[in-house]
Amino acid sequence: MSDLNTAMIEKYRSSFLKEVEANVEEGEWVKMCMQCGVCSGSCPLGKHWEHPPQEIFMMIRAGKREDVLSSDAMWMCTSCYNCIARCPRGLPITHIMHGLAVYSKRLGLTPKKQPTAEFSQIFWDNLMKKGRVNELKLGLSIYFKDGFGQGVKNAMANRKLGQNMMKAKRMNAMEMFSGHRIKDLTGFQKIINKAQEIETGNIKDFK
Amino acid sequence: MADEKKFTGYVCTGCGLGERLDAGQLETTATRDGKMQRCKQHEMLCSAEGVQMIKDDIANEAVTHVMIAACSRRAKMEAFNFTDVALTRANLREGVIWVRPDTNENRETTQEMADDYIRMACAELKSMTKPAASGEQSLNKNILVVGGGITGMTAAIEAAAAGYPVHLVEKSGVLGGAVGGYYKVIPARSPYDAPAENPVPGMIETIENHDLITVHLNSTLAKTEGAPGRFSVDVATESGVSETLSIGAIVQASGWKPYDADKLPEFAYGKSRDVVTNHELEALAVAADGGPIKRPSDSKAVESVCFIQNAGQCSGKEGHLSYFAGVTDLVSIKQAMYFKELNGDCDTTILFDNLRTPGAGGEDFYRAGQNAMVTFAKGIASEIVPGDSLTVKFEDKILNEETEMACDLVVLATGMEPNSGPDPYAQLMMDEAEDEEEKAKAQAVLENAPPSILNLQYRQGTDLPLLKHGFTDSHFICFPYETRRTGIYSAGPVRRPMDVQQARDDATGAALKAIQAAENAGLGRAAHPRSGDLSFPSFRKEGCTQCKRCTVECPFGAINEDEEGYPTYNESRCRRCGTCMGACPVRVISFENYSVETVNQQIKNCDIPEEFDEKPRILVLACENDAYPALDQAAQAGVEINPWVRVIPVRCLGSVSLSWVTDALNNGFDGIVMMGCRRDDDYQCHFVRGSAMAAERMSKVGDTLDTLNLEPERVILHEVAITDVERAPRLINDMAETVEKIGLSPFKF
Repeated sequence: MSDLNTAMIEKYRSSFLKEVEANVEEGEWVKMCMQCGVCSGSCPLGKHWEHPPQEIFMMIRAGKREDVLSSDAMWMCTSCYNCIARCPRGLPITHIMHGLAVYSKRLGLTPKKQPTAEFSQIFWDNLMKKGRVNELKLGLSIYFKDGFGQGVKNAMANRKLGQNMMKAKRMNAMEMFSGHRIKDLTGFQKIINKAQEIETGNIKDFK
Repeated sequence: MADEKKFTGYVCTGCGLGERLDAGQLETTATRDGKMQRCKQHEMLCSAEGVQMIKDDIANEAVTHVMIAACSRRAKMEAFNFTDVALTRANLREGVIWVRPDTNENRETTQEMADDYIRMACAELKSMTKPAASGEQSLNKNILVVGGGITGMTAAIEAAAAGYPVHLVEKSGVLGGAVGGYYKVIPARSPYDAPAENPVPGMIETIENHDLITVHLNSTLAKTEGAPGRFSVDVATESGVSETLSIGAIVQASGWKPYDADKLPEFAYGKSRDVVTNHELEALAVAADGGPIKRPSDSKAVESVCFIQNAGQCSGKEGHLSYFAGVTDLVSIKQAMYFKELNGDCDTTILFDNLRTPGAGGEDFYRAGQNAMVTFAKGIASEIVPGDSLTVKFEDKILNEETEMACDLVVLATGMEPNSGPDPYAQLMMDEAEDEEEKAKAQAVLENAPPSILNLQYRQGTDLPLLKHGFTDSHFICFPYETRRTGIYSAGPVRRPMDVQQARDDATGAALKAIQAAENAGLGRAAHPRSGDLSFPSFRKEGCTQCKRCTVECPFGAINEDEEGYPTYNESRCRRCGTCMGACPVRVISFENYSVETVNQQIKNCDIPEEFDEKPRILVLACENDAYPALDQAAQAGVEINPWVRVIPVRCLGSVSLSWVTDALNNGFDGIVMMGCRRDDDYQCHFVRGSAMAAERMSKVGDTLDTLNLEPERVILHEVAITDVERAPRLINDMAETVEKIGLSPFKF
């Protein structure tokens, strides 16, 4: 567990709800949930979730910090926005799920090998290099994330798709070498660094 | 010449009546069979000219009795409102042409129907007299309000604001009632985001400074006798001094009492002083005097509090209240916000199963509570373990687990019980109990009876009749204030559980109803549902056997008995339903324009074809409040009704005399359908008990049929609602089929 996590436990000893309000994007909405369950019923992937949204909100109020933050439930959200469209109280549920995922990631509580979390990290790293996503490299990074042998298997399985994409000029093999970059990569990185600095600072300021 | 009767019939030929029916023949029927001295036709009787024609006849030719053959008696009531004459209506539009198909082969039976309705109306008119007030009425504008709580104070202020002198009687030494001791109240105005200031002090000030309001503190009613417009009320103080007041109408606002939490040992009530009811929490909040609320055991400022919803209410458990007080979820939100206001960062949890926040601002107030960081947890508390810190064990209904939480203070959201008087019918229930179990139940009611509130000197007991759970009875759909004692209106939580704003609205309504009752009593007019009716029952003393059935069965306790056991009618208490008339075994009770005779004449003057004509006759006795308008609506919708049917509207099924059934059968009617209102605890009978009384009386009709050697299927009683537009005609047509199956009655002449 990270130092930040320990600090947060210490700070919000009594109320996980307050911690969520302060640190999770759109977290101030959690208290407004009236437990009707429409979100859980509307979620197309709901039955695959460890805890559907309604339950997550209840767990937050019940102070089940570990259970919520180390759950893989919020990582399962596909952003279909069914829950937001239907919530009678107007809670931005999709955003809260992403907010919780980000917070859990920041505290180092995300379950190991959680595929969505892994994908997100790979996507992020890929994006940061050139300021735009290199699809070829992104695809390969995902194929080979679990080792070389698995990577070859994954690549072979999707060979046809790759070939078609190249034929249709949707993917360029030359991107393997260096690849495109945005015009002002340094400027872009500066923006990102500043944003991260502000974000971390915000959390560190809760003392 | 005042005594001379002049009968005139009017036949309308508008609305297609002229095309469908032979108006000339109708006129002949009215004069020849119906013995009208004159009969006139008009192409549109309800028009200004038509009405003027009738008015002129009344004024210039001293017409005293008017028969109008046109539309249903429930249509064009404003146009045909002639108060100076006896009036009847033959329903040719909704009753005949609208329910029969316009074809040549049906022309004959349609005309027969119309002729019959004319004969029936004329016969009825012959035995009617013009209703007039009894002369016993007097206008008394004094309003008595019983109970000085929020409801009583509102009723007093509102009645006084309308210019009516008020006597406000309060049992305790101060005004304010339960709410008087509250810290704040549920907000009644937008934006509904915080508890509102307690209105009681302001109201007390208004009352104390109002010229028209006289307050009687430490007082109770020792005796209430009389009737609306002439109540005589003895107000007694604790010291025994009593004052007699003359009162026009009464508002009973005796309020509520909190549920006895001693019945909740599982929640450690009584074992730990830190478990309090919602009612008791108000005192703690007031005692905090703007500082943090302290827990009773050691005066520590509360840092965590848990509210347990539905404690001892809304539950099927023995000793719990089976109903929900309706407001206790809002109350808990309000009280949780006290802690957010006074106790800083206090952990505030509301454990609920079903959170109900009714009213205009209910949902907004709920959200305000959530915004204030009140935690709402869906869970059911099972036990509270006392200790330095209380442990609340509960089942989390969302996370589906047995869990617990620790807190400094627990508030039980307990329910409200009505502060009503003793059940006036407990003794009757006891006397009429059919088995030991019923008897024991009645016995328990009698033994645990609370002290009387009104001390009415009525034949039927000292207080207002009760419905479910001991709340005062009133017609919940149509006239919620109208209790079963005319001129006495119950308001506030004695009628049903309610919050401050609802009680204030309720009190305002009751005050206006009381004013109306006093004014009506001054004019001799009836209250709802026959509002404005001047007819009232009287009886032929020579024929009365002093059997007391009328005095016992009157749903409104309107009839007292004199020393000899004869009934004494109190016109202004009477609601004109005629249940007494239906009760009377010797048929001596009648109204000027509605009596055993008026209906009997209709039955006798309906033309009964001979047996070989194969034209049966079916009599329908339809309640004028629901069944008759349902039939009218069916007619508007073009639903067909069997041509053998003759419908007679009755004031209430309770007024139906068994003799009508016997006479109809003896006259050769083949079937009888009676239509009244729903009669159980969720009754819709406009006269509360009329329909139930009728059902009870008619349960013995089988014997009558037996002695006549007739099939029991020939007489049937249905519960019909005003919305039964499809069903009501079907029930009638079903009877026609039954008659076809079992054959015609042998009693044809």
